[in-house]
Amino acid sequence: MTSRLSAITLNTFREAVRDRVLYNLVVFVLLLVASAPLFGEISIGMERLIVVNVGLTAISIFGVIISIFIGIGLVSKEIEKRTLYTILARPVRRWEFIAGKYFGLMLTLVVNTALMTLGLFIALFMFAREQSGSNSGLLVAIYFTVLELAMVTAITLLFSSFSTPIFSAIFTFALFVIGTFAADLRNFAALAHGAAKWLVTGVAYLVPNFAALNVIGQVAHDQHIAGRLILFNTFYAVTYACATTLAAILIFERRNLK
Amino acid sequence: MNAIEIKELTKSYPVGFWKKQLRVALKPFNLTVATGETFGFLGPNGAGKTTTLKLLMGIVFPTSGSATILGKHFHDPDIKKRIGFLPEQPYFYDYLSAPELLDYYARLSGMAAADRKARIPQLLERVGLGDVGNKQLRKFSKGMLQRVGIAQAIVHDPEILFLDEPMSGLDPLGRHEVREPIQNLKDAGKTIFFSTHILSDAEALCDRVGVIHKGELRGVGTVNDLRSVGGGKTEVIWEGADALPYVTAHLMESHVTGDLVRATLTSETLDAVLEKLRQQRARLVSVTPLHGTLEEYFLSKTTEPEVAKL
Repeated sequence: MTSRLSAITLNTFREAVRDRVLYNLVVFVLLLVASAPLFGEISIGMERLIVVNVGLTAISIFGVIISIFIGIGLVSKEIEKRTLYTILARPVRRWEFIAGKYFGLMLTLVVNTALMTLGLFIALFMFAREQSGSNSGLLVAIYFTVLELAMVTAITLLFSSFSTPIFSAIFTFALFVIGTFAADLRNFAALAHGAAKWLVTGVAYLVPNFAALNVIGQVAHDQHIAGRLILFNTFYAVTYACATTLAAILIFERRNLK
Repeated sequence: MNAIEIKELTKSYPVGFWKKQLRVALKPFNLTVATGETFGFLGPNGAGKTTTLKLLMGIVFPTSGSATILGKHFHDPDIKKRIGFLPEQPYFYDYLSAPELLDYYARLSGMAAADRKARIPQLLERVGLGDVGNKQLRKFSKGMLQRVGIAQAIVHDPEILFLDEPMSGLDPLGRHEVREPIQNLKDAGKTIFFSTHILSDAEALCDRVGVIHKGELRGVGTVNDLRSVGGGKTEVIWEGADALPYVTAHLMESHVTGDLVRATLTSETLDAVLEKLRQQRARLVSVTPLHGTLEEYFLSKTTEPEVAKL
């Protein structure tokens, strides 16, 4: 089982690398380096705050875009091109295929995020080395981005296990936007009454709470991130990603691959 | 033990907006393929060949019925280690090289690293791709891809091979290049189940064939058996056109060239015709039994509306 899972994981990673997905890193670095001189012009003494803000936001957005655009094709492309037929004709369980694809895309995203983080630290060294700030806070924010990507990837995989790539992209993106405003949705639920309260509360807890994972503002302003939040967010993201991937597996296990 | 046993296997797909109607892709049928046999599954496009193979591979699930492969239920994951499959017009991960692709599939089949390292170069050599090196598959011709397809199907040395239209879409050279490794596997005693609509390939390779049409198995038998169905005719050639009026009643058709007569008749009337020709002192040149072609059998089975099994 481990061998099959790792084979699918590594092949998914290799596909992303050879399809030049990591080229986005070049764009990311160019974006940071090209915009950094502007920061100096408009924000004397606040370069670090702006580089951290732009850098972390870009890492998150680039990660989510890659997660959605690779994720939507993870299953459908294998069905469309019939490569899946040669895999399922081997002693590969369907759940192993889905799990392998998930881990493969996560490996791609983690490597991508690690390299972008390196780019961010280089930009900080180049343009804001005279200003002090907590690097551990920065790493916590990056860790939360990885948790966010773990959830987005699971959601994309869930939709792509039964839907077309275009609908999977639309559904995932819509859920990402809703999840970004999850805190507002929970506030609204608290204010609602009767059946609406139950309904909105249910929806608020069902949609992914990406708002809880966004600590970019706090990190940019060098505020401390509580250890409890790190633990809670880890538990939440892992549980949400596991449950969503399990749902994708349950759907895929029963699917006729026409 | 039979290699494959299909029992009352059927497949229907729900269609329409509410998915309440059913489209029957495969009507219930039984089929047995013996170990070491090369079985050709013949039928025009859309007949149900690919559906049957997808069912056996667990890619789609049957509506009813079942099958066993090497004595085990066809969904048993362990059985997948002992079978190989080449889908119709396969596409492989084109960012991989041929050795990388084979290594990937060998890992999925549970082969140990040392076995993979030893087997893959040998196999590439065997299918005529020993010199491709690390060239990515996106640069391969269609014939080369098909040979890679056969290599991935046999990388783990399976006992049974399922090939879906392995020669489809290839030029004569490509077909020869693909037919050769299949013939080698047949000679090595592997059980081969392959679907095709190219009858000459079935005639050349198969021990037995089955004809499927509109989701219905219409006939199964050895190639020779099937040729004799609708055949049973004999061609008789003799010198002595004067004898023709005495035997015309027994002939299906005849052609006269000078004094030479070429006639076709049924086997039942052969003795009577030969006796009359002897009485008329005609000089017999040849008596040749005529076989029907597989194509004639195929056409008869794919045009007749009712089931008529052998």
